[in-house]
Amino acid sequence: MMALAETGFDLVLCAMIATTALLAIGVRDQFGAVVLFVVYSVFLGLGWLRLGALDIALAEVALGAGLTGLLLFGAHARLPASVPVPSGRAVWPAACAAGGSGLALGWAFLTLPEPVGLQEAVAANLGTSGVENPVTAVLLNFRSWDTLIESIVLLAALIGVWSVARDDAWGGQPGLRQHARHGGVLANFGRLLPPIGFMIGVYLFWAGSSKPGGAFQAGTVLAAVALVVFMGGAMRPPLVTARWLRLVCVAGPAVFLAVGLTGAASGVFLGLRPDLAKPLILAIEAVLTFSIAASLALSVIGPPEDPEDHV
Amino acid sequence: MTDPTFYGLCGAVVVGTGIYGFVLHTHILRRLLSFNVIGSGIFLMLGAAGSLGPDTAADPVAQALIITGIVVALSATALGLALLVAYARASGSPRLPEDANDDP
Repeated sequence: MMALAETGFDLVLCAMIATTALLAIGVRDQFGAVVLFVVYSVFLGLGWLRLGALDIALAEVALGAGLTGLLLFGAHARLPASVPVPSGRAVWPAACAAGGSGLALGWAFLTLPEPVGLQEAVAANLGTSGVENPVTAVLLNFRSWDTLIESIVLLAALIGVWSVARDDAWGGQPGLRQHARHGGVLANFGRLLPPIGFMIGVYLFWAGSSKPGGAFQAGTVLAAVALVVFMGGAMRPPLVTARWLRLVCVAGPAVFLAVGLTGAASGVFLGLRPDLAKPLILAIEAVLTFSIAASLALSVIGPPEDPEDHV
Repeated sequence: MTDPTFYGLCGAVVVGTGIYGFVLHTHILRRLLSFNVIGSGIFLMLGAAGSLGPDTAADPVAQALIITGIVVALSATALGLALLVAYARASGSPRLPEDANDDP
């Protein structure tokens, strides 16, 4: 009976994921599309929970629903009104491309050979990794190349976002000036949420070595805290030219690279000695969390803008 | 225990849906949204494939790859939207010139 109920739940959840995705794509209203995308991402986060991937569920809800939704809302507000969505005969080529690729992918998934999986390889080496959460072990030890490059990608994206600023706006505060009504919901939540969010962020970082969580989830929550503070008007964002701000953004990748080079001196680039692995991973993650938070928050706020600058 | 096959097939449907939106829409914001839908569908397929097999625990290597992918997708979206806003301010339209000319 239990198994049947679980299968039913999975089927309903999959249907919800697919339906909200279709609505986010198909709805005429652009604002509605963004709202539905956020709903879709939350359902997807539930799907990750069902697959037993708690770390991904955290990342999907924080990054996919939270920050991507915020980015899309911000861009929607800055762009001219929606343009008409093509309909009628224009739909057919798109529908054929979609149906064909969907069917091909579904068929490919069903005919996948029996997977070998890397669960056992990771479990066998977990003892030397310095942490107990296998996902953190992969991210910060076994495949730390990926994570190092990823932290640099965040910086590159921030440089790209800043580079589209207008010359006369550069040097100011990023984003538009926020107006929160005094005593309103935003102003109140801008003061109420940050301490709680800050604690959750620090907890996610600390828990990441043994339980689901880690630098990226924690950094995203801290970035959200910073964004709530800025949007609630409790604080203005720092100037984009502030030296300390750039140091915070660069510190994470720099520490990561330094640890990697120390490893190179003793044999393997990014190799961690098993007896030192835990403190090294915690040190990298601690600095990286704040760098990720700063880079993500600044990327989401966007480049400095002139208030009179409209489309 | 959850059958990952449902989620893998759901991922295939989501990728198809995203491709539909990516081909159909001319507004670049809607295209970027569709692109994110395609990406998350691919992650779902990868994650479901990592949960197949006799060992029921989700594959940690696949999980780590997907988390990396989600972060990179967010960075790319931030850059794409910043470029889009700058482009729309410079040209006055949120569509590419060849799409704007297609209007009846």
